[in-house]
Amino acid sequence: MTQTYKAQIYVTLRPSVLDPAGTAVQSGLGHLGYDNVEQVRIGKYIELLIRAADESTARTQLDRMCDQLLANPVIENYQFELTAMAIQQDQGVRR
Amino acid sequence: MKFGIVVFPGSNCDRDVALVTRDILQQPTRMVWHEETDIAELDVIVIPGGFSYGDYLRCGAIAQFSPVITAVRQHATAGKFVLGICNGFQILTEIGLLPGALIRNRNLHFICDRVPLRVERSDLPWTQNYSPAQVITLPIAHGEGCYHADQDTLKQLEDNRQILFRYCDDGEPSEATNPNGSMHHIAGICNKQGNVLGMMPHPERAADPVLGGTDGLALFQGLLAAATLPVPTGAGC
Repeated sequence: MTQTYKAQIYVTLRPSVLDPAGTAVQSGLGHLGYDNVEQVRIGKYIELLIRAADESTARTQLDRMCDQLLANPVIENYQFELTAMAIQQDQGVRR
Repeated sequence: MKFGIVVFPGSNCDRDVALVTRDILQQPTRMVWHEETDIAELDVIVIPGGFSYGDYLRCGAIAQFSPVITAVRQHATAGKFVLGICNGFQILTEIGLLPGALIRNRNLHFICDRVPLRVERSDLPWTQNYSPAQVITLPIAHGEGCYHADQDTLKQLEDNRQILFRYCDDGEPSEATNPNGSMHHIAGICNKQGNVLGMMPHPERAADPVLGGTDGLALFQGLLAAATLPVPTGAGC
């Protein structure tokens, strides 16, 4: 039996990498009067559904996906959260 | 010398390169669709500029899964020439044939301009037709051309003399004339062996007098002159 998980993946620029877009947004927030905003960093959010035997297998696969494609380790870090999806009784259960 | 120009969905400088290699230099040239896997007969592979796969996710990120990339890696490992221009440079870093990454320009603008570059070494086939420290002018056209690498990588690039072109002003690289914020004012680098070159400026757009400059032609001519050499200078593979 496999379980479907929702993965919420956050890809962020490494702290050492310039983020001119973040700086521009910070400036924009300043123009709106939010001059107490100290740092804006813009990243990516990726959501996917993954089927796996268990959570550990899903995590291993996601780590590989992030290293191979979703993030560029030279300039980006990533983290993700996994949520087990409820099994939908009315649509039948795959066992 | 046989040239192959890789065409991805979204490449848009492929024909510009072909105009130089086929029409100006009169060399056999064929377009290599990204699904091809046999490029063994080619001497030089050019990965041209453009927006492969729409730059989805990151510039060059999706192109790494095209079937032709495996052949490009083998071509590079065999010591044959690989030239990545603009998006081609981004792809070469994504597939790990060159270190570092190209990120958003410091000023966020897409820059379309002609810029002065200093030729950092003239003992490689790519640059042998330039004089040492010669300042040339080439067009740039990119939104993500800011070269980034960690300090160790930058040190290796400097120590191994892998930086071939730097943005400069009157022969001196400076922050003021660095258009995109690239670390160490890097405009183009090669691998340790010297047979893989990635550069943001477009030499193919400066190879015909009708386009207002010919400083890029010498780069291609340098390759032709190297055709008689077994492997590039300093090749260790």
